[in-house]
Amino acid sequence: MTRRLSADVAVIGGGLVGSSAALALRRAGLSVILIDKGFCGAQASGVNYGGVRRQGRSAAQLPLSQRAHQIWPRLKELIGIDGEYQRSGHLKLARTPEDFAKLEHYAETVKSFGLDLELYTGAMAKARFPWLSGNIAGASLCPDDGQANPRLVSPAFAKAARDAGAIVLEQNAVHAAVRANDGFALQAGADCEITCRFLINSAGAWANKIAADFAEPAPLSRIYPSMVVTEPLAPRLPVSLGEEGGGFYCRQVTRGNYIMGGGRGYALADPDFSRPSTTAAQSVMKRATALFPHLAGAHVIRFWSGTEGQLPDNNPVIGPSGTTPGLFHAFGFCGAGFQVAPAVGAVLCDLVTSGETVTPIDAFSIERFRNMSSQHNEKKGTHNETVE
Amino acid sequence: MNDTSPAVVVGAGPAGICAAKTLVAAGLRPIVIDEGLRAGGQIYRRPFLDDGRSATDLYGSEAAKATRLHREFDALLPSIDYRPQTLVWNIADNQLHLMANGDHQQISFQNLILSTGATDRVLPFPGWTLPGVYTLGAAQTALKAQGCTIGRKVVFLGSGPLLYLVAWQYLKAGASVAAVLDTAPFTAKLNLLSAFRFDPRLVLIGMSYAARLVRRGVKLRYNVRPTGVDGSQHVEGLSFKSGAKTHSIACDAVAYGFALRPETQLADLAGCSFRFDDRDRTWLPVTDETGRTNRKGVYLAGDGSGIAGADAAEISGELAALALIQDSGAVADPGRMSVLAGARRRKAKLRDALEKAFPFPENWFEQVPGETKLCRCEEITVSSVVDTLHGNDLRELNRLKALSRAGMGRCQGRMCSAALAEVLSSTQKLTLTEIGRLRAQAPVKPLPLSLHEGGA
Amino acid sequence: MAAHHSRSQFQRHFRRDEAPIPFTIDGIAYSGRRGDTVLVAIMSVTDRLRQSEFTSEPRAGFCLIGACQDCFVTLACGMRVRACTTPLEAQMAFITRESGNE
Ligand SMILES: Cc1cc2nc3c(=O)[nH]c(=O)nc-3n(C[C@H](O)[C@H](O)[C@H](O)COP(=O)(O)OP(=O)(O)OC[C@H]3O[C@@H](n4cnc5c(N)ncnc54)[C@H](O)[C@@H]3O)c2cc1C
Ligand SMILES: Cc1cc2nc3c(=O)[nH]c(=O)nc-3n(C[C@H](O)[C@H](O)[C@H](O)COP(=O)(O)OP(=O)(O)OC[C@H]3O[C@@H](n4cnc5c(N)ncnc54)[C@H](O)[C@@H]3O)c2cc1C
Ligand code: FES
Repeated sequence: MTRRLSADVAVIGGGLVGSSAALALRRAGLSVILIDKGFCGAQASGVNYGGVRRQGRSAAQLPLSQRAHQIWPRLKELIGIDGEYQRSGHLKLARTPEDFAKLEHYAETVKSFGLDLELYTGAMAKARFPWLSGNIAGASLCPDDGQANPRLVSPAFAKAARDAGAIVLEQNAVHAAVRANDGFALQAGADCEITCRFLINSAGAWANKIAADFAEPAPLSRIYPSMVVTEPLAPRLPVSLGEEGGGFYCRQVTRGNYIMGGGRGYALADPDFSRPSTTAAQSVMKRATALFPHLAGAHVIRFWSGTEGQLPDNNPVIGPSGTTPGLFHAFGFCGAGFQVAPAVGAVLCDLVTSGETVTPIDAFSIERFRNMSSQHNEKKGTHNETVE
Repeated sequence: MNDTSPAVVVGAGPAGICAAKTLVAAGLRPIVIDEGLRAGGQIYRRPFLDDGRSATDLYGSEAAKATRLHREFDALLPSIDYRPQTLVWNIADNQLHLMANGDHQQISFQNLILSTGATDRVLPFPGWTLPGVYTLGAAQTALKAQGCTIGRKVVFLGSGPLLYLVAWQYLKAGASVAAVLDTAPFTAKLNLLSAFRFDPRLVLIGMSYAARLVRRGVKLRYNVRPTGVDGSQHVEGLSFKSGAKTHSIACDAVAYGFALRPETQLADLAGCSFRFDDRDRTWLPVTDETGRTNRKGVYLAGDGSGIAGADAAEISGELAALALIQDSGAVADPGRMSVLAGARRRKAKLRDALEKAFPFPENWFEQVPGETKLCRCEEITVSSVVDTLHGNDLRELNRLKALSRAGMGRCQGRMCSAALAEVLSSTQKLTLTEIGRLRAQAPVKPLPLSLHEGGA
Repeated sequence: MAAHHSRSQFQRHFRRDEAPIPFTIDGIAYSGRRGDTVLVAIMSVTDRLRQSEFTSEPRAGFCLIGACQDCFVTLACGMRVRACTTPLEAQMAFITRESGNE
C-alpha cells in the first residue's frame, strides 16, 4: 500500500547537515520530512574524526564557520546532550620552515575574522606543549577550536528534529525527485510518495544524483579518509592536533582513546561502505609514534573510514538551485563539514523561510560549476587537504 | 595448477591441519599461518613446554586423535611454509596482512582457506569481570597448556559439552570442583538419546563425565541462573537460583560459558556473504557443502564456518582443500568429496541434537540487574545499553554499538556481541535476523602502534 | 598494587620443578617457571593483572586464548603485552600503574 506524506519541506539525507536543517525548520514552524536511505547520522556525519575547527578554512568559509562556532556551545539546549563538545584548542603543526611560513601567511590572511591564532616557533611550541616530540618547525594554535563526538552529535540532531515534530523516515532511499505543481514529488523506499513545497538536497556524497536530476550536476567525487583509534590511555593530549598539508591529525577523547587520521581509504563493492587503507593507517601510526614517543607501547584497536563528497575547489555547494525554484543544495564538504554543518542547517532554514541569509554563501553557489563537465572521475590523491 | 602464489591456510587446528595435509598430498606447498605458539588449535592445544603429562592425561578420550594430528602436522613441516605466532589481522584486495614478532608483513593469495575456529560464547551476569571468573575454555587452556587450575575450588557453570568435560578434567587434575551448574533443565539431556543415533561413542563419553563427577560427590544442578559472584576483589563464592530458591556456594573461581561462537571476522573482511544460522544463533559465512564461499578462491573450514566440533573440522578441512584443488583445475577425487560431504551432513545432525541437549539460556537478561557490565572492555552496563536503545528507538546492531559504545573495545565485540544481540532483540521484540550483525573491522585484534614494516 | 595482593589465584599442578624465571611486579621480585605465560606467572603469585580503565576494577584475564584482550599488562619499558599468549622471559618488569603516566 502506498504511503503518502506531505510537508512544507522534505530533506533528503539525514546527516548532520540535513538533520540540523530539519531541526531549524521545525523550530521555525514548518512541517518537515527528513529522509535517509540508511540511518540518520550513520554516514560521514557519524563516523568522522570529530574535529570542530575553524583554523585552516578558506576565508570564504569563515563567516559560516563562525556562525557554527556560536551554535556548538549550545548543543545541550538544542539537542539535549553536549556531544562531548569541548573547546580544547586546535594546534596545527608545521614540519618544515616552508610549512610554517604557510601557517604565518594564513594567520595574516584571516586576521579580520577573529580566530585569535597564536603562532609558535618550533622551540616555543615544544616548550608550550611538552608532550610534543619529533621534527616541528612551528605551530599555530586556535585556542577556541575544539572537538566533539560525531557518533553522538549527529544522530542526536536527527532525534531532536523528530522530537520537535519532524517525520523521520529511515531506511528509505529517495530514488526519484521531480518538480510537481507548486513544489516537488518524491518517491522513497518501496512505497512512499512525498510531496512538499521546498526540497533540500543534503545527501552527502550521494547528492549529485539529485542535483543531476534537476539538470545541474556538480563535479562531485568521493573520498574515504582513513581513521585509526587506540586503546584507552592516560590523558595527555589536551588539544586537537593537525598538520599543515593534512597528512596527520589526532585527538585524545575524554575516555582516553587517541583518534588519529590521515590518508585515504577505498570503497567496498557496495560503495556506501568503505574501508581504510592499511598503508594510510600505517603511515598515521608511524607519524603518531614520532610525535608522541609515549605511545610507542600502545595498541590500536580499530581502523575505519567514511564516505565524503569532494569538490574540485575544496568548497561545498550551499544555496538555491540554479535551475529549480524551491530546491536547495548543501553537499560536498570536502572532509570538513562536521564543524560547519549546524550553521549550514541554519542557513538552509533562512533560505527556505525568507529566501535569503545573513551569512555570505556566494562562493558556494552551484552555479560555479555550470560550464564544467559533469564527467568527473575520482582522482585519488589529487586532494590532500586537511580532513578534520 | 596455474597460479603462482601459494595457497594459504589460516589456522592450524584440526580443520587447518587437515586442509594443509590435503593440499600437500596434491603436490602444493601451502603457507600455514597460526597465531598460536604451537599447532593444534583449541581442542588439541599443546602445552607450551612438554611437562611429562601423557596424551591421555591431556586429551583423555581424544588422545589418539590428538597424537595423530600432531604427528601428521609435524610430518608436514618440510612440505609447508609454517608461520606460527603470526596473526592475520586484515584481508584486503587478495592480500593478507600479518603481524609476526611485532613486524608487519603482507602476502598475496589467490587461494585461501580460513579455518579460524571458535571462542567461548559468554553472557554477562553480576561479577563476571571479577578476577577468578574465567570462560570454560580458559579453565581448560590453563590446565592443558600450562598445567595450572584457575583456582583451588572451582564452580563450573553454563551450558554445553565443555561444562562437564572441563569439570571432570579439573577433578582429575586434583582441583576441587565445588559444583557443576547447568543452565539447562535436566529434561534437555533427554535429547542426548537422539544424538546417540549419530555418534554413540561421543554421547557415552559425554555422559560418563557427568556420571564420574556424581560418583566423586560433585553436586550437579540444572535449570540454574547465576545471580552474582560473591567478593569484591576476587571470587569468594557464587550465588545462583535454581527453581525459586537462591543458593550460595563458596569457591575461589568460576568457569562458565555457553558453547562457542565462530571466529568469522576474517571471512567478513575477505568479502564473504553471511546468513543467519538458527542453531548457532549467529551469522555465518555462506558456503556450499564443501566450504566454497561467494568469493572466488576463498574457502572456509572448521568451527569458523559454523560450530560443528573437532571431528567435523577435520572433515571440512579436507573438503575445503579438495574444493580448492578442484577449482584450480587439478583432479580431486569426487568420490572422496561426496563421502566427506555425507559425513559432514551427519555431523550437522549430531550438532542439531546436541544443541537441544545443551541449549542456549533463553531470556537470560530477565534476571540480570541493569548495573551489570554488558561490555567488559568499555565497561558499559546493561541499563545504559537499554536506555540508549530506548532513547533512540534503535533496531540495528551496528547503530546500537555506535551509540552505546558496547562492542567498541579491544575485543571487537567477541565477548559482548551475543549479549548485545540478545538485549536488542528481546527489548525491541525483533528477531536476531532482523537486527543484523556487527560488521568486522580491521585489525581483528589489537596491533602495536609501533608495528614496523617487515619483510614479505 | 600486586604487592598488596599476595594471594595466588592460579594453582600449579604440573611443571612445578621447572627452572625458575625471575620477574618483577612494581619492583617486587617474584619468580615463575620455565614454560609459563606471563598471565600464569603473574596469577600464580597474585590475584590480578591490572586495573580496568574506567572503573579501576581489578582484572585478571578471561579467555586465556587471545580473544578477549582483557589481559594486557604494561612493561616498565612502556611496551604492553597480551599476558595469556606471551611467554614469560627472565627479568620482565611489570608495572601496574596506568600506562602513559610518568
Ligand atoms: C572519516 C571522515 C573524517 C572527517 N573528519 C572531519 C572533521 O574532523 N571535521 C569536520 O568538520 N569534518 C570532517 N569530515 C567531513 C564531515 O564528516 C562531512 O563533511 C559532514 O559530515 C557532511 O555531512 P552531510 O550531512 O552532508 O553528509 P552525510 O553525513 O554523509 O549525510 C548524508 C546522508 O544522506 C543520505 N542519503 C544519500 N542519498 C540518499 C537518498 N537518495 N535518499 C535518502 N538518503 C540519502 C545518506 O544515507 C547519509 O546519511 C570527515 C569526513 C569523514 C568521512
Ligand atoms: C578454548 C576452547 C577449548 C575447547 N576444548 C574442547 C575440548 O576439549 N573438546 C572438544 O571436543 N572441543 C573443544 N573445543 C571446541 C573445539 O576446539 C573445536 O570444535 C575444534 O577445535 C574446531 O577446530 P578448528 O580447526 O575449526 O578450530 P580451532 O581448533 O579453534 O583452530 C583455529 C586456529 O586458528 C587460529 N586463528 C584464528 N584466528 C586467527 C588469525 N586471525 N590469525 C592467525 N591464526 C588464527 C587459532 O590460533 C587456532 O589455532 C574447545 C574450544 C575452545 C574455544
Ligand atoms: S585472557 Fe583473553 S586475551 Fe588474554
